[in-house]
Amino acid sequence: MRYMLLQAYGDVELEGCGPMTEWAPDDVRAHIDFQHALNAELLDSGELVDAQGLAGPDVAKFVVSDGVNPPKIIDGPYPESKELLAGYRLVDVDSLDRAIEIAARSSAAPGPGGLPIQQPIEVRQVMGAPDPEV
Amino acid sequence: MTPPDVEDLLRELGPQALGAVARRYGAFAEAEDAVQEALATAAVDWPAGLPDRPLSWLITVASRRLVDEYRRTDARRRREELAASLSIHRQETVSSSDDSLVMLFLCCDDTLSSTLSIPLTLRAVAGLTTREIAAAYLVPESTMAQRISRAKAKLRGRRFELPADPTARLRSVCEVLYLLFNEGYTSSSGPDLSRVDLSGEAIRLARMLYGQVPGDPEVAGLLALMLLTEARRSARTSEDGALVPLAEQNRSLWDRALISEGLQLLNATLAAGRIGEYQLIASISALHDEATSHASTRWAEVAKAYTRLESLTGNPMVRLNRAVAVAMVEGPASGLALLDGLELRDSHRLHAVRAHLLERSGDLAEAARCYAAAAARTDNARERDYLVEQAARVNAK
Repeated sequence: MRYMLLQAYGDVELEGCGPMTEWAPDDVRAHIDFQHALNAELLDSGELVDAQGLAGPDVAKFVVSDGVNPPKIIDGPYPESKELLAGYRLVDVDSLDRAIEIAARSSAAPGPGGLPIQQPIEVRQVMGAPDPEV
Repeated sequence: MTPPDVEDLLRELGPQALGAVARRYGAFAEAEDAVQEALATAAVDWPAGLPDRPLSWLITVASRRLVDEYRRTDARRRREELAASLSIHRQETVSSSDDSLVMLFLCCDDTLSSTLSIPLTLRAVAGLTTREIAAAYLVPESTMAQRISRAKAKLRGRRFELPADPTARLRSVCEVLYLLFNEGYTSSSGPDLSRVDLSGEAIRLARMLYGQVPGDPEVAGLLALMLLTEARRSARTSEDGALVPLAEQNRSLWDRALISEGLQLLNATLAAGRIGEYQLIASISALHDEATSHASTRWAEVAKAYTRLESLTGNPMVRLNRAVAVAMVEGPASGLALLDGLELRDSHRLHAVRAHLLERSGDLAEAARCYAAAAARTDNARERDYLVEQAARVNAK
């Protein structure tokens, strides 16, 4: 089964954890290394389908169209930018439990002082194509 | 799975077969379809035993497919077209390298955007499979197959012949090869060996192009530029794939053989006069390659070359690089002054350069802010990691 593990810009549960650009340099490196290592591990186990970080809210756009008039384009950043997607992992795993396990690992990524940042990870199953036999 | 030696052979023979078939029948897009089918058959059949003359085999099978296809569509118009093309294209002896040049011109046609021309070039001229190209661009194989089909559809009915104005059209070919090279240069990520080396392919094609038109100074400049840039590749990323900027690169890792080949080519070209964009960029790359350290680089000459490049191209991105070089000569304030009022679509680079110069001028708070702003705007994940680290480093000072 495929699951999307989604990471928003939302608040992390680690207290006093500011934006990454304000962390100690070693902590930044440790965090990046952790994410790379987790991806490598999931690639190795054959579970990683795709992992992408998305460019920041500053360069995001919202597009609305009625199909007739020129589309309305709203440039970022937005007041609700915390709800925006920051990145995702698409994993193909045997069970929901395994997807949750991976999400938990990712949530506990190291932050300032090496403490787990406890970032909320949204776990969403990707719907498959209808079974052709049915 | 096709064994690697058969795969290599198909890759080498595919473009040659395509050249021969397209030359014989005149229709490039149709010939490409037919050769792809022949290659697919060969990939299945050949591992059990190679035909005596593999290239002739491919040409024969592809020609048969092509003729079958004409019969199947069976419109009189089509038959007439085929007859016309057969009568016009005499069976003269043409070398396969001439074919490659004609194919390059076709694949890099002005009517194709680079998202179409690059994949088509990689398949038709470089002989890569659709699967390999898809993997290189990290898109599903079906998406890439669709792009190649769209590219060919736009070229349908085009004759397989050199364009009437080859010199002007050479510019489009250079542009496509340069884009391909840069794609490989910025996206290559250390340990991922499953991805095709796009920069390597660009160099291979540029070498071939140079072999065909050795007298064109910009083609020589382009090849020199690729060699002089590629020489620094292994120093450009750390073991874990992080970016290492020029100033911090371990220069003993630079490839001396590529550098001397690039320098030789560039010097011979510059001596001929008629300087252009690629020769200028190559000259700048050469100045870096020749320097034993970042500090001892001949920055005044680098700045001068960027000034010429900026007035030649009118590209505002060049101003950024010029500002860095000027700052090395006259100090960060002069560099920052060059950035005033500069508007760039690709704004993260402007922020990054400004951050770098602000840091050198001692304004750490503003530098950290600019690094963070650059990180928030980049579309490259590794570049973002790098910029976030810079912001954190300057904040910690």
